[in-house]
Amino acid sequence: MADGERFNMVAAEAKVLVRDLNVYYGDKQALFDIELDIGKHQVTSLIGPSGCGKSTFLRCLNRMNDVIDGCRMEGSIKVDGDEVLDASIDPVQLRRRVGMVFQKPNPFPKSIYDNIAYGPRIHGLVSNQDELDELVQSSLERAALWDEVKDRLHQPGTGLSGGQQQRLCIARAIAVRPDVILMDEPCSALDPIATARVEELIEELKKAYSIVIVTHSMQQAARISQRTAFFHLGLLVEVGVTEQIFTAPRDERTQGYITGRFG
Amino acid sequence: MQIWILLSLIVCLAGYGHILGRRRAVSIFQTDVISLHSLPFYHGAYIALWVLIPAAISIVFWLTAQGPIIENLVISGLSPATQALPSDRLSLVLHDIVNIASGDIPTKEPSLEIKAAAERFSQLKGLSNYGMVVVSLGLGIGCIWMAQRRLSPEFRARNQVERIITFVMIAASTIAILTTIGIVLSLLFEAWRFFLRVPLDDFLFGLHWSPQTAIRADQVGASGSFGAIPIFAGTLLITVIAMCVAVPLGLMSAIYMSEYASARTRGVIKPLLEVLAGVPTVVYGFFAALTVAPFFRGMGEGIGLDVSSESALAAGIVMGIMIIPFVSSLSDDVMNAVPQTLRDGSFALGATKSETIKQVVLPAALPGVVGAVLLAVSRAIGETMIVVMAAGLAANLTANPFEAVTTVTVQIVTLLVGDQEFDSSKTLAAFALGLVLFFVTLALNVFALRFVRKYREKYD
Repeated sequence: MADGERFNMVAAEAKVLVRDLNVYYGDKQALFDIELDIGKHQVTSLIGPSGCGKSTFLRCLNRMNDVIDGCRMEGSIKVDGDEVLDASIDPVQLRRRVGMVFQKPNPFPKSIYDNIAYGPRIHGLVSNQDELDELVQSSLERAALWDEVKDRLHQPGTGLSGGQQQRLCIARAIAVRPDVILMDEPCSALDPIATARVEELIEELKKAYSIVIVTHSMQQAARISQRTAFFHLGLLVEVGVTEQIFTAPRDERTQGYITGRFG
Repeated sequence: MQIWILLSLIVCLAGYGHILGRRRAVSIFQTDVISLHSLPFYHGAYIALWVLIPAAISIVFWLTAQGPIIENLVISGLSPATQALPSDRLSLVLHDIVNIASGDIPTKEPSLEIKAAAERFSQLKGLSNYGMVVVSLGLGIGCIWMAQRRLSPEFRARNQVERIITFVMIAASTIAILTTIGIVLSLLFEAWRFFLRVPLDDFLFGLHWSPQTAIRADQVGASGSFGAIPIFAGTLLITVIAMCVAVPLGLMSAIYMSEYASARTRGVIKPLLEVLAGVPTVVYGFFAALTVAPFFRGMGEGIGLDVSSESALAAGIVMGIMIIPFVSSLSDDVMNAVPQTLRDGSFALGATKSETIKQVVLPAALPGVVGAVLLAVSRAIGETMIVVMAAGLAANLTANPFEAVTTVTVQIVTLLVGDQEFDSSKTLAAFALGLVLFFVTLALNVFALRFVRKYREKYD
């Protein structure tokens, strides 16, 4: 397919530019020559069968793969023009700009308040207690959790329900004011009602953030994302406007996956 | 009959019962396998257990009961004059009778009465052994007959066998608990005898410890005073020194092993550290007494300090080294149990490794770490050999780590070692000290377990 189609930005400028990305775990290559743009203030969803490399791709964007022994990344990822894979960039700085929400809610064993305040404190984003209180409140409000927890901010975050915990993790991620939020199957451990709430939240958040979400639910990808990328066996098979991917896929493999013939 | 012949007979009987049960289950019910509730094996096992358990119980019961009963019978056969003897003399007489009966040399040339009694004792003993064989074997055979009568296709042999096995397991665990209770009771009883002689408040709050009591009234310098404060203080001092060594070293090596070291490095370091726990304490003892203590004394001389050759410092430091693996290994385990997702969550917010360890991993692992430290403390308090060899015997009330101090365990050892009379305040004091030691370590363990349970986060 032509470059023009692949990088079709759908009325949005690119926030993240990925070029010629190859990722290896030891001798095994996990991703092959990925080229993908993430639109600003858009939701981009990554779909594909298990083991196709979509989570690996997501974890490249904030260099979470650094934690894994033997993982090697080659190519170029630019966030707002800054090269992510450059040795000189500090992953600690990068991760403040590119936040992440995980598959399983993972609140710290601290109070709800401290869970949110953790990031701002380590980055010195606030200078006094009032500002911190305000930031905690606004983060929880944006994550649509404030009304449910405002009376018990100092109780453990682990005491919340699964859906609330996931929204707490989202609030925790936006408290450090990132530009990009990566979500790795954020709803796979949640029930349908909690899933609906998180999806509403994502809809709301895309006004201020660029969001990349990995999902196994094609309905979810169709509901919340503007652009969809289909990964298969470490290859980026097809990327385009969500509507087009689901109604008129260009590639046979995409067609097969979304109609449930394999995956 | 020798006891082991009896035991093997009973085992044979049980084996026969097992075969019998199986056979009957297989053959009689062969026509109708479907309605057989349990597998043939369970029918056999049911009969075998019914032989073993009653027979074993009867033998144990017989062996414990026969001694006192035979003794009473022998005593009642003695002349009234002998029976009227005070109980300690009477027990000597009895001892002679037993000795003669078993062919050992009695304390003095036995009288006719004693010889007759010895004869009677042998007779009764033989009768009793015979009775035991008859009763236990009879019980076994009776049980086979009773049990095999119950076998039928719908008999729930499996459920019965499982129930019996459950009871056996309960009995096994009860034995351990009963032993503990027995130890506590004997401590309590002996300590009670001590506190009849020495008031409790003198013992707990007295400042002077000098357990030598006068045997003769005119003896010098043997007043006997049992103020245990210097001993408690010495124990505390050495424990504190040991923890000052073990907690920082253990915790830091745990953090290194679980957070920084590669899997290979960890695989080498952890077993090496655990070797420390396997070194016999007596080896630590002479290491402390012959290497560490002289080293500190020499160093003290070099900078003009007066360090005694048996010092709290040497004993405490070596003890601290001994308990490093308790702290490091347990802490490493709990830190490893902190889920990787928590670390990922922290890294994803842009936290550095050290921020993640300090603010996420350690708080999450804290209950386990505290538990590990408390267990190490109770180990340090109860440790004996190192302090016996390196800390000295002088009950000094001091906070100076360069002086010799003594601990609860050292005093118990010195009070009880050698030829002692077991009714003087001096030896009884050992039981009082043991009781205190027991309650302190028990309280520490209970507290450690509760703390760990209360603050443990549940990660699935």
